[in-house]
Amino acid sequence: MSDIADRVKKIVVEHLGVEEDKVTETASFIDDLGADSLDTVELVMAFEEEFGIEIPDDAAETIQTFGDAVKFITEAA
Amino acid sequence: MFDLTGKSALVTGASGGIGGEVAKALHAAGAKVALSGTRVEPLEALAAELGERAFVCPANLSDPASVEALPKAALEAMGSVDILVNNAGITRDNLFMRMSDEEWASVIDVNLTASFRLMRGVLRPMMKARWGRIVNITSVVGQTGNPGQGNYAAAKAGLTGMSKSLAYEVASRGITVNCVAPGFIATAMTDKLNEEQKAKILTQIPAGRMGAAEEIAAAVLYLASPEAGYVTGTTLSVNGGMAMI
Repeated sequence: MSDIADRVKKIVVEHLGVEEDKVTETASFIDDLGADSLDTVELVMAFEEEFGIEIPDDAAETIQTFGDAVKFITEAA
Repeated sequence: MFDLTGKSALVTGASGGIGGEVAKALHAAGAKVALSGTRVEPLEALAAELGERAFVCPANLSDPASVEALPKAALEAMGSVDILVNNAGITRDNLFMRMSDEEWASVIDVNLTASFRLMRGVLRPMMKARWGRIVNITSVVGQTGNPGQGNYAAAKAGLTGMSKSLAYEVASRGITVNCVAPGFIATAMTDKLNEEQKAKILTQIPAGRMGAAEEIAAAVLYLASPEAGYVTGTTLSVNGGMAMI
């Protein structure tokens, strides 16, 4: 697994308090990992800080799963 | 009780009567305070009076760019913003049928839209800290209406609804959002009234006197304190019984 994926996973695990093996490629933050809408905003904020990037609101809306997050950050970082 | 040591507070309208007393009360409880307002001189005088832990952050709340910059300036000055007191407010009174679009818009811009932008601006650090206190100064006029103040009453009632909505969103993050609704308080804003107007108002106040800015500050201090952590989305009326809502 790439370094980016590891770091994203760490944030998700810490923030949502879920088991690491639940954070799969297709795991949806809201449907599978129990996030509410505010959690998703906070996750995006955490990604921005961890990777020093800006994630605009319209892009943030497309980040629904762990895989989406890794893909977006890989392209942006 | 009500110890704010280690907390940082941004107070708008700190050059005014109520805002100045709010800043003093929060500072006396141990908080760092960022004093905001349009007039720099009274802010600097207040900062000098308070001494340590006081910072001057001028802003023009009718200018969106200036509003956006304010939370950042306060964050830079104090290192964090744990408490926001939206106190700044203007009046442009006129009878409804004579009220211009400009009079309407200027009051909504400063009293409502600037408060929205400042709340949005301080939320990120508060969310990260899992602690925050937002106190919006509204008015009895927003609860009861007042002839000649359609714009002001709309802005203040709007602030109340906005506060409640945000209170829902961030309650689980340790952030509370409340309002303090002053009645008639002796300040420069109410000094403009003549004796006859004042006497008439006093007949409607069960306490039989105007309030003091310190009495508003005490309510703000409570809502900003750790002890008020279970109070959110509410309005604390401080009006001598003028409107028991």
